[in-house]
Amino acid sequence: MAAIRIIPCLDVKDGKVVKGVHFENLREAGDPVEHASFYSKENADEIVFLDISATIEGRKTMVDVVKNVSDVVFIPMTVGGGIRNVENIEELLKAGADKISINTSAVKTPELIKEGAKRFGSQCIIVAIDAKRAGKGRWEVYIESGKTPTGLDAVEWAKKVQDLGAGEVLLTSIDMDGTQKGYDIELTKAVAESISIPVIASGGAGTLEHMSDVIIKGKASAVLLASLLHFRKYTIRQIKEFLKDKGIEVR
Amino acid sequence: MVGIINYGAGNIRSVCSSIIACGKKVFLIEGWHLFKKAKIIILPGVGAFDDGMKVLSLKGIIKPLIEEINNGKPFLGICLGLQMLFSYSEEGDCKGLGIMKGKVRKFRVKNNEMKVPHMGWNRVKLLDSEDTLFFNIGDNQYFYFAHSYYVEPDDSSIVAGRTNYGIEFASFIKKDNIVGVQFHPEKSGDNGIKFLKNFLEGKWLR
Repeated sequence: MAAIRIIPCLDVKDGKVVKGVHFENLREAGDPVEHASFYSKENADEIVFLDISATIEGRKTMVDVVKNVSDVVFIPMTVGGGIRNVENIEELLKAGADKISINTSAVKTPELIKEGAKRFGSQCIIVAIDAKRAGKGRWEVYIESGKTPTGLDAVEWAKKVQDLGAGEVLLTSIDMDGTQKGYDIELTKAVAESISIPVIASGGAGTLEHMSDVIIKGKASAVLLASLLHFRKYTIRQIKEFLKDKGIEVR
Repeated sequence: MVGIINYGAGNIRSVCSSIIACGKKVFLIEGWHLFKKAKIIILPGVGAFDDGMKVLSLKGIIKPLIEEINNGKPFLGICLGLQMLFSYSEEGDCKGLGIMKGKVRKFRVKNNEMKVPHMGWNRVKLLDSEDTLFFNIGDNQYFYFAHSYYVEPDDSSIVAGRTNYGIEFASFIKKDNIVGVQFHPEKSGDNGIKFLKNFLEGKWLR
């Protein structure tokens, strides 16, 4: 079977990594190429850049970031943030991204998933779902960075995006994100068991056990990590060794 | 010069960068007249079977490509570039290049346990553990995959490596001057670059 993936996520604003690796030996603070190279050498399985630029100029810079990274880093790269149409997708893929992640625009224009998958293949369309618990065994999808409720049920929406042609779901629990108290295992399991495309779990990891739990109990195919890695609480190697001891296949 | 066929596949830049990282010069093949310039041909792949074949057809490069391959030019097909070598795919209605006999099949999903696309790092089990294309890499090592379809050659003697994903599928084929891989060497970190170097050096041809 395929190995479980450990995926660092880096926030990029106007071409610079913000909240990046807290490590002295990175020469230029915030350089996306250095951050990507660093994690690639650490044996990251993929890398995600989330563009949090608020301006059009900032967004344009992201295309250059992708080009520069793909020239020297040879692991899969996903880009998310601010992608609204097929042209945005094409531009990023041409620049060297392997996948793009859409969230708000997927809810607002679901045809974008269909069109993107048809033109570029399902494997490069990730739909990010931010979900918040709305009762027992029920979660609601939120958009616009978790600010706006949509009325959509997370499990139903996941099924829908699969039908539209998404190749993966990046699932974030709004309740657990940033708490370091563990993933919403129930949410991850509910989604992973209702779709046949891979689920990347995100939000809440604080310990190594949290990660093995979301993989074994939550049925996640990958985990997305940010501050836990950037602040060097764990290295990717440590995480993989722990998971391996738990009988989980890692690279 | 390494010629990389440009048929609009999204990942062409990554393929170019990885070949440059191997110390070789690359150019894009956009029309039939450019084949002569290429010492080595690479057909990268991302996207859908029919779309790929249609663009190759529109650019008028199907016939010259088949000729170049049949004339013995070293060729590497990656992912969809491997699949298009075959005659037929379950993904579409277009005919493939038909250089290899066989089919391209879709992974079957069983109760959402086995996820499709097959997305991520998986091992390539070599038939010959000393395969020169895997020099410095070795047997049973990890490469990056992202696909929902796999090739099923009629002639099993061309299968040089297999990968287990619910079933054992052919992830590496080799016949004369033709190499095809289902994984993405351009996205497989150090192992991928080593594989490309081995391919470009050409010891496997002898």
